[in-house]
Amino acid sequence: MKEIRIHGRGGQGSVTAAELLAISAFEDGMYSQAFPSFGVERRGAPVMAFVRLSDKKIRLRSQVYEPDYVIVQDATLIEAIDVASGLKADGMIIINTERNPDDLSLETKAAVKTIDATRIALDIIGKPIMNTVMLGAFAGASGEVSAESIKNAVRDRFPGKVGEKNADAVQSAYDRVVES
Amino acid sequence: MTGKLKSGRQVVEGSYAVAHAAAICRPDVISAYPITPQTHIVEDLSQFVADGAIDSKYINVESEFSALSALVGASAAGARTYSATTSQGLALMHEVLFNLAGMRLPAVMTIVNRSMSAPINIWNDHQDSMTERDSGWIQLYVEDVQELVDTTVQAYLIAEDPEVSLPVMVCMDGFILSHVFEPVDLLDQKAVDEYLPPFKPVSILDPDDPKSFGMFVDPEYYMDFRYLVEQAMDRSRSKILDAAKSFESAFDRYYGDLIDTYQTDDAEIILVAMGSLVGTLRDAVDDLRSKGVPVGLLKIRAFRPFPADEIAEAIAGVKVVCVLDKNISLGTGEGAVCTEIKASLYNSDIRIPVIGFVIGLGGRDIPVGTVQRIVSKAEDVIKHGIKVEREFVDLKHSLVS
Repeated sequence: MKEIRIHGRGGQGSVTAAELLAISAFEDGMYSQAFPSFGVERRGAPVMAFVRLSDKKIRLRSQVYEPDYVIVQDATLIEAIDVASGLKADGMIIINTERNPDDLSLETKAAVKTIDATRIALDIIGKPIMNTVMLGAFAGASGEVSAESIKNAVRDRFPGKVGEKNADAVQSAYDRVVES
Repeated sequence: MTGKLKSGRQVVEGSYAVAHAAAICRPDVISAYPITPQTHIVEDLSQFVADGAIDSKYINVESEFSALSALVGASAAGARTYSATTSQGLALMHEVLFNLAGMRLPAVMTIVNRSMSAPINIWNDHQDSMTERDSGWIQLYVEDVQELVDTTVQAYLIAEDPEVSLPVMVCMDGFILSHVFEPVDLLDQKAVDEYLPPFKPVSILDPDDPKSFGMFVDPEYYMDFRYLVEQAMDRSRSKILDAAKSFESAFDRYYGDLIDTYQTDDAEIILVAMGSLVGTLRDAVDDLRSKGVPVGLLKIRAFRPFPADEIAEAIAGVKVVCVLDKNISLGTGEGAVCTEIKASLYNSDIRIPVIGFVIGLGGRDIPVGTVQRIVSKAEDVIKHGIKVEREFVDLKHSLVS
């Protein structure tokens, strides 16, 4: 089983990202589970969402304490909370920032990947909503889910032009991470 | 969001899944008042109605008291009825709960389990429904979203059985199941229509054949009415099993009768729980078994009627029973499941230590490590006897000392 923790701020679509990831993994033939950290949601406040992926039925209902992957939608959270808390040494943290991994001074033995997802979102979607972009980056960096399934889930959730733009942003982030 | 009913196996939110399950049972009347974390369920249902995806009448009301009162009238008129609520909303329904049961009206209601105020808290425990355990409603608790869907359909079959004719609460853990996205088989309308026949009420309000429901009775009659409700509750035991078995025949899924057991055959320690915690316990049991710890699990599906015989049979021969209660009956120091298990064993030959663990109140998370610590305590009881009979698990001692 792989466990994923998504950090963001209220309004950045972290819970939606978790749901779309669970749907994508299911489409890839896996069992999946996505749930929010059950907070009282306020725009701008730190929020978390969790995803589990497995080839077997998922029964565990606790929060995720030792994730295999961490996705950070907003780099300003690094100063506010320990985003790498419990992250497995052989795991990976993917952060939305224009900075390089070495400039972040994160306390983790895990791999650190960065991507300027906000820039990709602004360029392709036209809005600084980076949740689907981060899913593309996650697919590229982890190989746990296919970019195709994420794009399908995104198109299904946001029908029409918005979905197409988001799917393009997913592919762009995926390509950038795979090439880097 | 579209109000068209989805179908087939897919990843959906638990709230959507139960709204879908309720919708596919073809309720004539739905009435509910939105309250966290039940809100998504009634949003989805009202969307289904607004979009014409289902034919139900959705009655908007100004409170939970009115929601359930609307169902009293609808059910007495012969309608299949549905509601959903949680916590303070259920508490506001308190006196109407007794009315539905006393009038033998077979409504089905989803309880999205949440703690009770004060202090106000929107997260999961079982205090809301456990507090209503004497109301005459059958109470079924579910472990995951698929069981929630399947039990919702079974609930109508049980409730509307003429031998039972009692309302049923299907209890699901707030947020943990209401807000989770996971794979679920959404049931097919035709298959459910074959499983669940139309509601044939035992007795209805009919202007051409006037009669009264829930009228005034003096001491000459009241106690006998209460006895009849208890008899109906007792008859529901076999009907709960029948509904599970016929569901298995139709849909190939089965969750046990009034209880379910896991790895109990050679167990020395048995953990008892209800709801979504059971899933975490299954993982914990597998993990502990792999380390040679002889632990098993007893899941209570039906808390009302209380499965005393089934529990006694399952735990006879083990060395210690740990009851994990997501509720506290204040003034007893323990949860109601623990108290009732102990009470049900008193006149039997079974003399096993039963230890009560109050756990997860107000949404406090229950990691596998917490379960392992409970099992370690059970091992201590086997070696050294009972030192502590009841305990609050993962209490923050610095806050309460």
